[in-house]
Amino acid sequence: MASPGRVVLEVRDLHAYLYTRWGVVRAVDGVSFALREGETLGLVGESGCGKTMTALSVLRLMPEPAGRIVQGQVLLEGEDLVTKSESEMRRVRGRRISMILQDPQTSLNPVFTVGSQIVEALRMRYADGVDALRRLAEEALRRVKVAAPAERLRAFPHQMSGGMKQRVVGAIAVAGEPRVLIADEPTTALDVTIQLQYLVLLKEIQARTRLAMLFITHDFGIVARMCDRVAVMYAGRIVETGPTRALFRAPRHPYTAALMASVPRMEASVERLPSIEGQPPLLHHMPVGCRFAPRCSYVDDRCRREYPPVVPIGPAHEASCWRVEPSPPSR
Amino acid sequence: MQRYILRRLLQGALLLFIVALVVFALARVSGNPIDLLVREDATAEDRAHLQKALGLDRPMHEQLYIFLTGAVRGDLGQSIRYRRSAAEVFFERLPNTLKLLPLAMAGALAIAIPLGVLAAVYRGTLVDRLAGGLAVLGIATPQFWLGIVLIYVFSIQLGVLPSARMGGPSHYVLPAVTLGVFLLAGMMRLVRSSLLEVMGSEFVKLARLKGLSQTIVIWKHCLRNALIPVVTLFGVYFALLVTGAIVTETVFAWPGVGRLTYEAVIFRDYPLLQAVILLKAVIVLSVNLVVDILYAYLDPRVRYA
Repeated sequence: MASPGRVVLEVRDLHAYLYTRWGVVRAVDGVSFALREGETLGLVGESGCGKTMTALSVLRLMPEPAGRIVQGQVLLEGEDLVTKSESEMRRVRGRRISMILQDPQTSLNPVFTVGSQIVEALRMRYADGVDALRRLAEEALRRVKVAAPAERLRAFPHQMSGGMKQRVVGAIAVAGEPRVLIADEPTTALDVTIQLQYLVLLKEIQARTRLAMLFITHDFGIVARMCDRVAVMYAGRIVETGPTRALFRAPRHPYTAALMASVPRMEASVERLPSIEGQPPLLHHMPVGCRFAPRCSYVDDRCRREYPPVVPIGPAHEASCWRVEPSPPSR
Repeated sequence: MQRYILRRLLQGALLLFIVALVVFALARVSGNPIDLLVREDATAEDRAHLQKALGLDRPMHEQLYIFLTGAVRGDLGQSIRYRRSAAEVFFERLPNTLKLLPLAMAGALAIAIPLGVLAAVYRGTLVDRLAGGLAVLGIATPQFWLGIVLIYVFSIQLGVLPSARMGGPSHYVLPAVTLGVFLLAGMMRLVRSSLLEVMGSEFVKLARLKGLSQTIVIWKHCLRNALIPVVTLFGVYFALLVTGAIVTETVFAWPGVGRLTYEAVIFRDYPLLQAVILLKAVIVLSVNLVVDILYAYLDPRVRYA
């Protein structure tokens, strides 16, 4: 685990809703977390729990016109991004916070060369001439380990493999030397053999630049490899946060425990993988109390009535559940 | 790329041959030109004489052979009505149509692209709905009706624009508008819908993640992609107009190839009709080739396939 640096990004009680014709979808409903320099925070949860919406609302790029931040603060090195104008946000994107999207096949514009797309990102940061920017772009490709970078600059995205494209997307993301990098399931669309290489590459970039990384995934294997801390998200809220090791050893929220129990293990053979019964709540029709209550095996009346408070459990470990006692883990 | 073009040219030649066969057959089932050419009181002898002079008394396959071998050499026969080379008559008229078309198309594009972009960016607002309404009106309005209404308003009532024939710049306004309105409507809708589709792409999100302004994202990243289907439609429309400005040119007595087609049909001028249709087919094929090359320029995925 990297030595804890200063906090670069702090999200406080963020609420971001989608106003659709079927009702208000509370995609992000009171999310708080802090991200330190050189640290990787994993954001895990099922599809549709609000992970990507959290990332997009940090960058103020929620789908328009439906998405809106209704409450909360996003503090980047102390400045609140929620109150910034669109033109101020443009100077934040790419230069201070970047994001790697999930699918490399569609992330690059098919009609422009890879070089011009990297140069475009560099131009936002550096006021150099075209030749200098192209040299920088070549350097950027070399740093993400693309072979023959000078030739690759002239290539079009369709002439590259998925893994290569995702490297280019990575190069674009770090081109502006941001302080925070959000990686939204960056390896989900890649071949398993390429996934590890890409994760190692991200780690190397982080070691060099002391980037703070928010790593969105639903793969616990990747979390174990990549993340210093984990935040588990369920139905628009973070239900448990903790250091990766502590959370893996002793998950305290029933949802975290159930989620981890459903991960297949190499050493034990089972007839059937345990799964979590039921469906996540509809985000525009949220239960009053704990959102996990309808699927939780330990549920009682209080869970259905009231949302549980955040309970500190151990060092940097906390969970939102009525059942957890505010004490350090016993084991 | 060269191989691609060569392949397209060969396909074109084959297609032309088929068109020639169809044209030849169609002209002969549509009526007898002798009836129109001779006076009503002509004797059977006169009619036979004329038939022989035109070569229409020979067996079909011989007529076809003469037509095809002539066509390969560039000789499409003599126009019965004009008593001159049919191809010559066609090429005399072609510039008149070609002078009108670019005006109509450029005008339509110049309005369709910005309007389509506006409608897409401000989708669901009043701007979008007004543009959509205009488009429906433009597509639904028949050209002959629009032409006549324009003549009535601007030539007869207001007396500001000439109603027919070629002349100074003012003569171009009404026919170009009549042709352009139809184009404008279709293109505007296509620009809007294809832009909307592109705006939802991941690469647009990435472009915004780089910190690019909305203007650059729309006009550079989105529009370039959105224009690919528009170019295809443009090619189709261009071909359609070269061959099909018949209505507009007839309404405005414009001496172009559209009106020539009309005349050739009315007077059963076989050689002229054959020449007109065959030469138009050549034009359509050439335009399509140009469009495909342009397409390859816009979309690198086609270029290297």
